[in-house]
Amino acid sequence: MSASSRPDGLRFRQGLLIAGELVLAATYWLVGDNVLLRFLLIGVGALAAALYLALAPGRGPSLLRTFRLGVSSLMLHKLRSLLTTLGVLFGTSSVIAMLAIGEGASEEAQEQIRQLGSRNVILRSVKPREDFATGQQAVRVVSYGLTEEDLARVRDTFPAVTRVVPVREIFDEVRHGSRAMNPRVLATVPMYREVTGRVVSEGRFLADADLENTANVCVLSDEVANYLFPFSSPLGEQIKVGGDYFTVIGTLLSRVRPANDAAPAGSSTAEVFIPMATGQKWYGDMQVKIRAGSREMEEVELHEIVVEAARMEDVPLVAAACREMLARNHAQSDCEMVVPLELLLRAQETKRIFNIVLGSIASISLLVGGIGIMNVMLATVTERTREIGIRRALGAKRRHIVMQFLVETVVLSVGGGLLGVALGLVIPLVVEATAHMRTIVTPSAPLLAFLISAGVGVVFGLYPAARAATMDPVEALRHE
Amino acid sequence: MTSSSSEARPPVAELERVTRVYHMGANEVRALDELSFSFGQGEYWAVMGSSGSGKSTLLNLLGCLDRPDSGSYRIDGTDVKDLSDDQLSEVRSQKLGFVFQSYNLIPQLNVLENILVPIFYQDVPTPGAEAYARGLAERVGLGRRLDHRPQELSGGQQQRVAIARALVNRPTLILADEATGNLDSQTALEILALFDELHAEGRTIVLVTHEPDVGERAQHVLRLKDGHIESVERGRQAAPPTGLLRPGRIT
Repeated sequence: MSASSRPDGLRFRQGLLIAGELVLAATYWLVGDNVLLRFLLIGVGALAAALYLALAPGRGPSLLRTFRLGVSSLMLHKLRSLLTTLGVLFGTSSVIAMLAIGEGASEEAQEQIRQLGSRNVILRSVKPREDFATGQQAVRVVSYGLTEEDLARVRDTFPAVTRVVPVREIFDEVRHGSRAMNPRVLATVPMYREVTGRVVSEGRFLADADLENTANVCVLSDEVANYLFPFSSPLGEQIKVGGDYFTVIGTLLSRVRPANDAAPAGSSTAEVFIPMATGQKWYGDMQVKIRAGSREMEEVELHEIVVEAARMEDVPLVAAACREMLARNHAQSDCEMVVPLELLLRAQETKRIFNIVLGSIASISLLVGGIGIMNVMLATVTERTREIGIRRALGAKRRHIVMQFLVETVVLSVGGGLLGVALGLVIPLVVEATAHMRTIVTPSAPLLAFLISAGVGVVFGLYPAARAATMDPVEALRHE
Repeated sequence: MTSSSSEARPPVAELERVTRVYHMGANEVRALDELSFSFGQGEYWAVMGSSGSGKSTLLNLLGCLDRPDSGSYRIDGTDVKDLSDDQLSEVRSQKLGFVFQSYNLIPQLNVLENILVPIFYQDVPTPGAEAYARGLAERVGLGRRLDHRPQELSGGQQQRVAIARALVNRPTLILADEATGNLDSQTALEILALFDELHAEGRTIVLVTHEPDVGERAQHVLRLKDGHIESVERGRQAAPPTGLLRPGRIT
């Protein structure tokens, strides 16, 4: 007996495990790797299944007929039913819309960070805070920032560093014909493009030969190209940077900016790249900035060093080494360090918190909607006490009454939920069109909202339904 | 088929020393006090008495809507004391037909759906119930109004629907509570004629009323007073032919 029952038990347990795996796989397929959501999905599913098993009579009125009855009861008070669903409708749509807007905003931020290169560590020269020791001066020279020495140190001694790119910024006007602008003029090396992941849109980027020849060539970002050459291709044309002519050899796609950032030309995405050696030749280390009332001389060897780590995992190591180096050699804190990966992680963390906050605010509105439904259902139960009495007298069992009112509540909340999903999918489109914000509707958002609204219906319908079912038929029949 | 002797019919509903006590605060009201009685198959009883005599309580007990505090009640041989709430519901849906004073139709359902409500809740729906329901509607004169809502019908018509509803599950016992109380005298006569017809078919009817002329139409009269039987007036009319159709199995 036991010998034959054991394999059965084993098989049963294996079957259970396989079923569990299948359920997990199904939730993964539906909502992806979101633990909260998968947990919720399984919970709602289990609740629905349990309710069905507990309440659905194997015999007696079918669920479909109960559903039809519920709908016809609701249709008896169309306005009331509609108003009742509004709470859930707006709750659901705000969950979806908020998640979509939050997702869009964070995606935008993350993309900007990703453009800096997630394997990179960026060192920048920062002008140290002025103290008043020097007093009033019309002309003075400030010397600060990263040096060639730093560059060599990073390149030659740091482990896990593959490429190191120096950048010098030149403050000078760029013109072509009568058009002039003040983009960032960056003197750099050919590796710059690969390390920062920029994309050539026309022509080519700087090459080693340009550096060797100290050639007067330049590469424009699209923004500069479009401004200086609105009607023609800039390739092969000459532009004037400061006092010298440079031949345009290529253009780069501009960095993506937030669509609603209506910054004028000259902002940080307007860039002109020239060979490092050429910059050195024409400008040296000394730069003159003309400020209101004073001329300011700055001596900066390098404005930026982009350090590329071999792998993403090495970034913290490289960042720590850079931090150490800056602390030792730049005691006056004339440098800063940007680690895009850290920013990215922080942005993702922010996004997570943002989602939780937005999600819970929206969920509260769903909760309020659910309470609204419960309130109306309680009133309905009282109002229909007599009907309950009649049905009980004519043979309805308690579970039939529970099912009847539960189905009505669920129809209300799921109806509201479906309308809410529709509205929630439209709102992001409207926001995108009017506010020029990016929105992303992840498939899990409508699903989440819908599941919550259905769950709200079941949870908030249980009490009114139970109250209806536990009425004494005699009392209920006597009710006026 | 049993013999058609009018005396010893098997009882449909049998009450034995049934007591039902209501607690009104500190007071104790014995609505039924050790009442024993049995209603035989095919009989048409009027239960009469002044208000507070216990006739409503008796009706609730007969209808399995309530259970006695002591004593036993058997319907069609089944003792209700041991039945769960669900089982009582099942008894109501299989064996009982109710006709109420205020018709008690369900407003969101049309005539046909209202007639079919008892079938709706049967664990095993009676086969061919819908055709039967249509026949019943035809018979009570509402065959052309199957899709009307109760609020579109007159009181008499609503009560006819209620009677059809009380018949749809082919009950062993039909209970009527002041079934003519809300109707004008002409309509009341029509409804009573309908009950006479049902009686003539051999159905068992218990009609609760306080109107003497309604009570007089019944075959037998049971008078209650303060939870006791005051008088039993049997067989003032000759029993109509029975036995041709056994109630509860009419097809």
